[in-house]
Amino acid sequence: MEALRIVEGLTAPVDRVNVDTDAIIPKQFLKRIERSGFGQFLFWEWRFDEQGNVISEFPLNQPRYHGANILLSRANFGCGSSREHAPWAILDYGFKVVIAPSFADIFYNNCFKNGILPIKLSEEQVEELFVKTQATEGYALTVNLEARTITDTNGLSIEFDLDEHRRQFLLLGLDDIGLTLKHEEKISAYEAKRASNV
Amino acid sequence: MSKKTMYEKIWENHLIHQESGKPAILYIDLHLVHEVTSPQAFEGLRLSGRKVRRPDLTFATMDHNVPTKDRFNIADPISKQQIDALSKNAADFGVKLYDLNSLDQGVVHVMGPELGLTHPGKTIVCGDSHTSTHGAFGALAFGIGTSEVEHVMATQCLQQSHSKTMEVRVLGQLKLGVTAKDLILGIIAKYGTDFATGYVIEYTGEAIRGLTMENRMTVCNMSIEAGARAGLIAPDQTTFDYLRGREYAPQGAAYDQAVEEWKQLTTDDGATYDVVVEFDASTLEPQVTWGTSPGMGTNINSVVPNPADFPTLNERKAAEKALEYMGLTPGTPIKEISINKVFIGSCTNGRIEDLRAAAAVVIGRTVSSAVEAIVVPGSGRVRIQAEKEGLDKIFIAAGFEWRDAGCSMCLAMNPDVLSPGDRCASTSNRNFEGRQGRGGRTHLVSPEMAAAAAVAGHFVDVREWETVPVGAN
Repeated sequence: MEALRIVEGLTAPVDRVNVDTDAIIPKQFLKRIERSGFGQFLFWEWRFDEQGNVISEFPLNQPRYHGANILLSRANFGCGSSREHAPWAILDYGFKVVIAPSFADIFYNNCFKNGILPIKLSEEQVEELFVKTQATEGYALTVNLEARTITDTNGLSIEFDLDEHRRQFLLLGLDDIGLTLKHEEKISAYEAKRASNV
Repeated sequence: MSKKTMYEKIWENHLIHQESGKPAILYIDLHLVHEVTSPQAFEGLRLSGRKVRRPDLTFATMDHNVPTKDRFNIADPISKQQIDALSKNAADFGVKLYDLNSLDQGVVHVMGPELGLTHPGKTIVCGDSHTSTHGAFGALAFGIGTSEVEHVMATQCLQQSHSKTMEVRVLGQLKLGVTAKDLILGIIAKYGTDFATGYVIEYTGEAIRGLTMENRMTVCNMSIEAGARAGLIAPDQTTFDYLRGREYAPQGAAYDQAVEEWKQLTTDDGATYDVVVEFDASTLEPQVTWGTSPGMGTNINSVVPNPADFPTLNERKAAEKALEYMGLTPGTPIKEISINKVFIGSCTNGRIEDLRAAAAVVIGRTVSSAVEAIVVPGSGRVRIQAEKEGLDKIFIAAGFEWRDAGCSMCLAMNPDVLSPGDRCASTSNRNFEGRQGRGGRTHLVSPEMAAAAAVAGHFVDVREWETVPVGAN
């Protein structure tokens, strides 16, 4: 997995609560058997109408947000299905950071497995970022994972909380299967002690 | 000795390694696999030269993509590729697969319990959020992403942070005609779709104890719709009776010994949960969702709410968007909402008792001419049992289509899809925008309520109808 330290770039807003993983990547695109190439389908039904025309009001379709790599949204982001295709699509589209007041559990966990940083801020802080993002074309943020800060060029500075293990995991781009397998002896001992129940 | 909750006991029984500041390493007893979230995990194993560590604890089936009629003729080449990939992967890695030729094939969360794979006290994972279903047995069961599927395949372990504990204490008894589905929809409508994020729920109370195993599965199934990591119900005689004699349940003396162990799992008297919430079951009425999130629900005798009445700006905006998508006007009585599709099935409500309950409403009645209605058994075993009881004939006589087992219209990855503008009474678990097909409008209800809506062509309070008990009940 690619290590992540500092992300600088445009912020794009998706102003909805409870953005579910069916919205992030609809089920018809889950049939591929690769991990790559899902970005083109991100928020498909919000980006394109039934005839395949671009829905211009949707922020990601607006030129001012093209190339954004920080996604801003509302509470309970990523709820619903456990599909890891959701973070795959977000990353493949170009986002490396998602900021919201809260995240659904499985989605949050899946982000770290793919080198995406989900940041939880207060409702007020998220609202402030929405206002600034929408008010100023080209509004950009710098997310510094080492320092756990979000800054802009006008003096905004927000510190965010993150579990230290998860922070290290992203900073170093670790392989957690490898980490677990370091405890191979303990796993084998556990298996030997317990007769299989099945 | 300190008092422990059931979650804490199961956690400690599976702890392989723990050090401060890091997630624990937890042993996994049962890994269920389906075709959608596994291909990239198997590919990861191949690329790193790893094997499935415990194929004997890993069981696979195909459900999401499976057509529910003419199942061997999969028209969508990408669906077929995903199903073929699972067959190849299961063979290559020595994993037991219940494929389309197997009587046991079915929705993975219907199949597992039916085979007796789900036991109290086990840790169970699957690349599917509705793995929470298995918590009905007092197993710690939760959905994982594909990276973690690969992790479990390679190590039979997961890195996990300890969740907080929440007791959902259900007070009083459900009224006659109010179901387990209504109970969980009511809880989510009251407390919201993220009230349990970060928690493992344990459902307690007399109303829970009174539920059958299948009803308990319906409740735990939708724990994820409350944001919970998992939902648990303490095992009791109902659980033990359900498991007795099932293929993968312990047999003979081993069963008796297992029951004694399972009895030890229940939360100790005096143990404390991080949070306790209460829900009064005695005043609950049949539920119908009106919006695009499972928490957007109300009772059958109520009306579509007015977005202006919601307390926060974000909730008001969400309700407005939901009503726009759903094509509903505030103040409309729920009973006046007409539907043109009905789906009875899914891991939430595709079991034999669900089908019996729906058939009891349908018998001697006819599906409205404005409605297309399908019944999709949760597994091959459910289908055969239903046919043995004559339920298929009741449904067909009324004008329902009787299908083969699969996830079907719950998530529309197969030919069962809503068309834009279709309005569906569905016994599934999610009413998200586009979940059952782009532009489709989903109202979540119990099997009884779906069956009645199929007949009436709009929602009705099924308690006002006479029903005829059918099947083995």
